Amino acid sequence: MSAFWALMMRDIRLAVRQGGGGGMAVGFFLIVVSILPLGVGPDLNLLSRIAPGLLWVALLLSVLLSLDRIFHADYEDGTLDLLATGPLPLQLVVIAKMLAHWVTTGLPLVIAAPVLGILLNLDPAAFVPMTLTMLAGTPALNFLGAIGAAITLGVRRGGLLVSLMVMPLYVPVLIFGVGAVNAVITGPAPFGPPFLVLIALTLISAVISPVAAAAAIRMNLD
Amino acid sequence: MQLRAENLECVRGGRKVFSGLSFGCADGEGLLLTGHNGCGKSSLLRQIAGLVRLAGGDLVLEGGDPELTIGQQTHYAGHLDALKPPLTAHENLQFWAQIYGGDADEALAGFGLTHLRDIPAGLLSAGQKRRLGLARLFLGNRPIWLLDEPSVSLDKASCDVLGDLMRAHMGRGGMVIAATHVTLGVAFTHQLEMHRGQGVFKRFEGMP
Repeated sequence: MSAFWALMMRDIRLAVRQGGGGGMAVGFFLIVVSILPLGVGPDLNLLSRIAPGLLWVALLLSVLLSLDRIFHADYEDGTLDLLATGPLPLQLVVIAKMLAHWVTTGLPLVIAAPVLGILLNLDPAAFVPMTLTMLAGTPALNFLGAIGAAITLGVRRGGLLVSLMVMPLYVPVLIFGVGAVNAVITGPAPFGPPFLVLIALTLISAVISPVAAAAAIRMNLD
Repeated sequence: MQLRAENLECVRGGRKVFSGLSFGCADGEGLLLTGHNGCGKSSLLRQIAGLVRLAGGDLVLEGGDPELTIGQQTHYAGHLDALKPPLTAHENLQFWAQIYGGDADEALAGFGLTHLRDIPAGLLSAGQKRRLGLARLFLGNRPIWLLDEPSVSLDKASCDVLGDLMRAHMGRGGMVIAATHVTLGVAFTHQLEMHRGQGVFKRFEGMP
């Protein structure tokens, strides 16, 4: 278990020291959200109605932007070779790296979302549900993204390819995330069911992703 | 403990690199891999480490820990140093010490890197990076060392340290399998001469 924590803490420390990861994702989130009203127009009622959807789509794009960083540095400098011969199964290596990635990019995005909600005139009643859905949904985005990032390891400039592969997998998370928030704002459906489905999506991806990503990494080391 | 390979075959990118390689290496023995560039020395080392799939043949470690894969009983030192530029020399080794076990400061001292302890790895020279990467050999207690051109960019003094380290490991009953163009003063016991996808396994008779 100490190897697991060591890997996770090392990744967090690297992200903090190198900068880039979390800060870049949050910056991108901010830019997308502040540009959208310029395109849609200053109609506060309209913005308020589409705010949950806009925030979620911007969140998806920001997460996508950070994905290709997860394994690539470790692949290029040979760290993955050594981790693959290490005592920790590759599946756990993936989970440790995913947790670190979520702490350094997913969590800052979730924290930024309510603040950006103000820019879009988000319904005051929706702030807490919005944050809850993103807290529950972002791990799923990271886990699903890890599969894409692992598959495209050997590809130069794999970032775009990751987006193409992973975006369709994000659709259910988007639908149920926005669905849960809209349920609070407009009703009449309750918040519970879509939120529980969102949690289920996260749990399912947390099981599938480490196995799939580990297999993809092995294939790429070959 | 004995590592035995029978009729190993390696295919990469649809191209056959080598086939029919058979060799063995036992406790305290050193196996030198020789051959021209591209003959598959690195691929063979990666196969032993479990990173490259065996296209055919058998690789067994008799007397090894049955709970672990062969790769988990090896120290693999390839072309890449697996260092993180923003972390200091000590932080880099400390991480691997937590993975492999062992003491990072002792490992640093082993390769004469103590004075660079708090320097970010990104600022080190190529040779210093190489030494920092090889300092991992001090960590943990893995019986099989797989060294791929370990002497590249090392100076004379560091080559001597590396040679001493390899001899000490063999003296403790460890195995060293190395692809190198300089003997480093190590008394290899066997040699695998690779040529045109074939290999000749024989007793070591000095550098070609």
